Amino acid sequence: MSVEDVSGQALAAVPAAAGGPEVVEVRRGAFGVTGSGDTSGFGGLTGLTQIPGGSPRPYGGWHDAVVDFLAEDLLGAGLAEAVEKVVVDRGELTLFVRRGDLPAVARFLRDDQDLRFELSLGVSGVHYPADAGRELHAVYHLMSVTHGRRIIRLEVAAPEADPHIPSLVEIYPTQDWHERETYDMFGIVFDNHPDLTRILMPTDWVGHPQRKDYPLGGVDVQFKGASTPPADQRRSYS
Amino acid sequence: MTRVDGAAEEFVALGGDWEDIAQELARRKEERVVVNMGPQHPSTHGVLRLILELDGETVRETRVALGYLHTGIEKTMEYRTWAQGSVLATRMDYVASIMNEAGYCLAVEKLAGLTDRIPERAQVIRVLMMELARVSSHLVCLGSAGNELGGTTLMTIGFREREQILRFFEMVTGQRMNNAYFRPGGLAQDLPPGALDWLKGVYPSMVRGMDDFDNMVMANPLWKARTVGIGVLNLAACMALGITGPMVRAAGLPLDLRKDQPYSGYENYDFEVCTADTADVYGRYLVRSNEMRESMKIIAQCVDKLERMDAGPVMIDDPAIAWPAKLEVGPDGQGQAPGHVREIMSTSMESLIRHFKLVGEGFRVPAGQAFQAIEHAKGIFGVHLVSDGGTRPYRVHVREPSYNNLQSMAALCNGGTISDVVVCLASIDPVMGGVDR
Repeated sequence: MSVEDVSGQALAAVPAAAGGPEVVEVRRGAFGVTGSGDTSGFGGLTGLTQIPGGSPRPYGGWHDAVVDFLAEDLLGAGLAEAVEKVVVDRGELTLFVRRGDLPAVARFLRDDQDLRFELSLGVSGVHYPADAGRELHAVYHLMSVTHGRRIIRLEVAAPEADPHIPSLVEIYPTQDWHERETYDMFGIVFDNHPDLTRILMPTDWVGHPQRKDYPLGGVDVQFKGASTPPADQRRSYS
Repeated sequence: MTRVDGAAEEFVALGGDWEDIAQELARRKEERVVVNMGPQHPSTHGVLRLILELDGETVRETRVALGYLHTGIEKTMEYRTWAQGSVLATRMDYVASIMNEAGYCLAVEKLAGLTDRIPERAQVIRVLMMELARVSSHLVCLGSAGNELGGTTLMTIGFREREQILRFFEMVTGQRMNNAYFRPGGLAQDLPPGALDWLKGVYPSMVRGMDDFDNMVMANPLWKARTVGIGVLNLAACMALGITGPMVRAAGLPLDLRKDQPYSGYENYDFEVCTADTADVYGRYLVRSNEMRESMKIIAQCVDKLERMDAGPVMIDDPAIAWPAKLEVGPDGQGQAPGHVREIMSTSMESLIRHFKLVGEGFRVPAGQAFQAIEHAKGIFGVHLVSDGGTRPYRVHVREPSYNNLQSMAALCNGGTISDVVVCLASIDPVMGGVDR
């Protein structure tokens, strides 16, 4: 089936563009200066943590075809709401997927002869403490060996209070260690993983080191009488 | 020998007493034994621990324990500027450190939208350095595998030829390993005078070293007896386990991102993707051996291009990105050139401000995320970067090929003999600095 045949119904299954970037966090000031004593102006700086918003069609290149074929599959399976947002940024296609539907989406991406994303390149966690209700993101990269080694990204969010995301080990066995690493570092619990244990940190470790609220650690560096605090406690620009 | 109540019996080998333990086990008619291999064992390639359940000589179950070399590189990067990340990335897979820098810098350039603005000369030198790193990594793999099978000469050949590459790296970057030579936007510095001539001088002997290696092993019945048909992992299993690099090419799939998704101008070079169809340990070494020769072809093309190329910048022409450094070798070693320091410190206010801004604050990268995959010596090396618009990465994740490929240990070893465990492990070629990060 060609792209044109499905695009009409496909549009119904993926959301249209939804405006500009989403602001996750607003940071004010720098270098810890506040109030009337601030003559530097740093106290007035404002920084935004942003996530790009949905992209308008056409996405360009092969991105439209991939989204259409996936949308067709999802509509057929009654999962019209599975893809929350489609973002094309810096030439890369990102599909934000509703977390319960992740295995279904991944299975279609792997098995549909027009998609064939057979090779999973693991999962990466990202922690946005200020993104209320969606603090923990799991980011997957999939490569299609059949179709020109193209790569797409899936992004799934879960709240910190309920950090559960379905495991993809059944669909991509290679996810085994990658999900264990993301569990270890971010505390995302991958449901139905066959053996979700810590992999890099010791088994009795407390906490998840790559969360933003977990300190980097370190000691003061002393040199000729001056003392420099560890990197995460220094004044910084970002 | 100790017994823990209610648990299995535990034997502690103190060296030289394996015979006693074996006899004791035979007396007790105990068939299945769990043996810890590592984490400190010369043939587990660094601090890797294998937990093997043995039934006599046969491996019934393999478990891999890692994390002994975890240093939190990804987390540390979140507290350093984008440019400083190169120094950390290079310390992951320390046997092919240039490649880690390459993956990281290309990802930063993609995220910052600089990819098309990297000077041509920097691109060619990057390819040259990456291919030398590939050869160096494969030489270590082949040499140490040979050593583990009892052929010390193979190790001496491998390390002898690698030494030439490390000397070249030292000449160009100032360091043998952990070079931090690639920077977002280009390179730390240009090749020093005479470096290319030196490389051309050792080139023939390096190719001869590869011939030595091939002549010694590839048709050698002893080598073949240990590698042919051992550790077979077919293409379907490779895809399921996400195996890339020489392992998947030995299973017959020409998956090589240098051809498939060219970066740094790889589309301008003439080379072949090497494959084998045996999917076993022998095939993996064959692929690596052939790949080194293809890399030597690329290196020759790079040298040729550089010789015909006019001198030019090796760093992006953008004062807001380009790191203000000019290194040279002085009487006390390599450092900032005195003239460069004088300009910053005493003659040019603009240079001082620029240095202060870039070194103290760093450049900003627009918010968003990017993923850059490159063909590392060990497989697909992917860098996932997230920026919040600041001067430091919000998140860096590295999809390390060794980490992923090591997952195949159980598939390779279970059902084989214990003597093949080391052979299978060596054929994956994991570097624990990269695995644990």
